[in-house]
Amino acid sequence: MKNNNDLYEVFLRSIRGIDHRHVGSLHADTPEQALIYARDVYTRRSEGVSIWVVKSNQISASQEEDCESFYDPMDDKPYRHASFYVLPEKVNNM
Amino acid sequence: MTNTYNDALYQYVLGLADDALILGQRTSEWCSRGPFLEEDISLSNLALDYIGRARMFYQYAAQVEGLGRNEDDLAYFRDERAFSNLLINELPNYDFAFSIVRQYFIDVHACLYLEQLKRSSDVHLAQVAEKAIKESRYHLKRSETWVLQLGQGTSESHERMQNAIDELWGYTGEMFLMSEVETQLLTSGVCVDRSALQVSWSAQVSRHLSVSTLAVPEQQWNVAGGRKGEHSEHLGHILAELQIVQRSYPGLQW
Repeated sequence: MKNNNDLYEVFLRSIRGIDHRHVGSLHADTPEQALIYARDVYTRRSEGVSIWVVKSNQISASQEEDCESFYDPMDDKPYRHASFYVLPEKVNNM
Repeated sequence: MTNTYNDALYQYVLGLADDALILGQRTSEWCSRGPFLEEDISLSNLALDYIGRARMFYQYAAQVEGLGRNEDDLAYFRDERAFSNLLINELPNYDFAFSIVRQYFIDVHACLYLEQLKRSSDVHLAQVAEKAIKESRYHLKRSETWVLQLGQGTSESHERMQNAIDELWGYTGEMFLMSEVETQLLTSGVCVDRSALQVSWSAQVSRHLSVSTLAVPEQQWNVAGGRKGEHSEHLGHILAELQIVQRSYPGLQW
């Protein structure tokens, strides 16, 4: 038996049709136990209709130092936004 | 002398209420003392489920009694000998393994019991059972997971679990004993024939203990008496803590 060392990230779907959103994290030994705790810790006031738990160490995350190379190149590419284009007059609503 | 139907119903519902209140109060003792934060919150939720269940039964018992008493009167102003909870509910927590094993035994029983109570000819009781069984199915999932984990865990967790099983085993028989009023109410289809649940309970528990590498005790001793108000020394202490505020300041609200 492990000593509830594993950290899990908890995602909740608040109502049907809405995406799961990250709500926090918790410690548990197994995925089953993580679901049980997620239910008790994050849905006690009817916050959700569906729960996902994911081991935190299974998540690959971008890093702060990646910001320059990841996001700056997008700053000078306005043509990727719809608003860059002038619509023909005949198109009223888009 | 047999009781009138109303008396019998009152005593029957009161027994179910006392079971829930005493276990809820006992479980609430883990609040702030849980082994880690998540389990602490989980145990407190469990305790609150049982307090909620107790309220539903007490409110109905008070209504059936029809003497103008309310749920608080029944919970806070009856003495030890008037409490009719099964003994397994009043035993101290001792250690985490003990609380988990107790809860597991009770959860398996509750799921079987409430499934039958849902079909009670008493509409009110059937409705309470409908609500309560959803909680109990979740409680069982929780306690089953823990039994497996601690049974298959370290040598210490395994030993503590086995000790708890051996200690609690003799208190499980009482869960299947029909009281006088239950026997009386059985014909009208109000209450559950708890004696008929023992075979399923034993089979289910034996299977899960075995998977969890835990042994079913061979001992044959059984303790009973809770339904008649004959309790262990532990009930007085838990009632003292439970009742002191209302007894000191009757009618106090907060």
